[in-house]
Amino acid sequence: MLRLPQFQVATPTTLAEAVDLLQRNSPGARLISGGTDILPNLKHFLDQPGLLVSLARVAELRRIDRDDRAGRLVLGAGLTLAEIAQHPDVRAYFPSLAKSAGLVAAPTIRNMATLGGNINLDTRCRYVNQTELWRGGIGGGCLKSEGQVCHVVPTGRRCVAAMSSDNVPVLISLGATIHLHGPAGQRALPLADYFHADGLRHTHAAPGEITAAISVPLPTSPRRCDYIKWSVRQSIDFPLVSVALRFDLDADRSDAAITDVSVVAGVLGAKPREVNKLDELVVGRSFADPSVAQIVSEAAYSQCKPLPNVPYDPAYRREMIRVLTRRAIAAMV
Amino acid sequence: MSQSSAILLSLTLNGEPVQVAAPAHWTLLEVLRYKLDLIGSKQGCDKGDCGACTVQIDGLPALACLTLAALADGRSVTTVEALGCGPVVHPLLDAFDRHDAAQCGFCTPGILMAAESLLRRSARPVTRHEAASALAGNLCRCTGYTKILDAVVDASERLRAEHDDGR
Repeated sequence: MLRLPQFQVATPTTLAEAVDLLQRNSPGARLISGGTDILPNLKHFLDQPGLLVSLARVAELRRIDRDDRAGRLVLGAGLTLAEIAQHPDVRAYFPSLAKSAGLVAAPTIRNMATLGGNINLDTRCRYVNQTELWRGGIGGGCLKSEGQVCHVVPTGRRCVAAMSSDNVPVLISLGATIHLHGPAGQRALPLADYFHADGLRHTHAAPGEITAAISVPLPTSPRRCDYIKWSVRQSIDFPLVSVALRFDLDADRSDAAITDVSVVAGVLGAKPREVNKLDELVVGRSFADPSVAQIVSEAAYSQCKPLPNVPYDPAYRREMIRVLTRRAIAAMV
Repeated sequence: MSQSSAILLSLTLNGEPVQVAAPAHWTLLEVLRYKLDLIGSKQGCDKGDCGACTVQIDGLPALACLTLAALADGRSVTTVEALGCGPVVHPLLDAFDRHDAAQCGFCTPGILMAAESLLRRSARPVTRHEAASALAGNLCRCTGYTKILDAVVDASERLRAEHDDGR
């Protein structure tokens, strides 16, 4: 049995009220939405907030709006992952997102966990997500828990716990924007710019800022997209290899020319990695050209370097990035 | 426990209105087991990996170990005890019995609640694949799942047949 530390729970009904509660009780207040990420972490005593501010009753976070004039789908941060995976607009316009949302953990978790919670999923590491007793056994934790050293990169001074969200790489590949509400008002930024490479604080959310929504631009050209997740049990567990793929084409045929490409990998360090220089390598080529799968998978392999921060040998996971990327592209043609 | 951190919950529990006081940091599972004596929902891993605590919240399977009791306030919670209270044996329980789908039995309550939600929401008998997908969050270390899936598919076919007979 794992006890939770003692805390109070607040259940605001508006975003403004939630922002205010966070600010008035800071530090020491944390957000809870579905609870499937924060509660296991609290049960492991990785944090002891005095107050949990619940977003479960904030109705404005549960909207889903397709704005054809602005050409975007706006997904409220409070939608559950099951709702995202099943929504007709998500399935029609962003099948890779429906797939990634439907691959998170297990059906029970997807009925509880929310999009906002998954975007802000705490970074994970085999040395962090353990009981307090276990962490004591390796000499008292690490940079991210109660210790002073990193067990993954012993000379490292920056935490390399892995960004393990299934949906973040996909949303970045689709050019999503994150909408934040905070004490200083509202702002929006590209989701690709929301993360940074420090496992202790891996997002650019300012103190008291709450993720209100994610907007995703509707496709303006024919598109092929997919999400690759490899994990040991294929259910319940976090991804160990995670790659999102998007190819925009100039016609709705598999031998059409590629006009834009995005490949984003997760579960490396604290920040998702956008595989770069792909434009010059494959834009203009026919999507049916077998060299596309080869070029993209080799670029992903050379730029993505898994660490021993999550289970399974990093060399094997790196090889799987190459193999699974190549196979996924070949299967899309 | 300081007085201020206790909360009063109002739930619809297995169809009946229930009021219960609990510490604010307790989970729904702790309230069910330690305040309401509903010990059918099991405390397995207690961190969302095993599914032994699966209950239904507003009809959908959810994990009681990762639901704060405070956030279940006002909602409808169904536990495995509800399945045993009907005038006749629930087809799912009957099928689990006939197929020997429970061995040690620890995972069974969670599996029953996940399966019941699937069968109730399905307009036709479920396939083996659908049953396996719906139970993907429930670990069983005894059966190897074969007999569990046999039982869920069988129960689903019988439920459908009963429905078609207008019973």
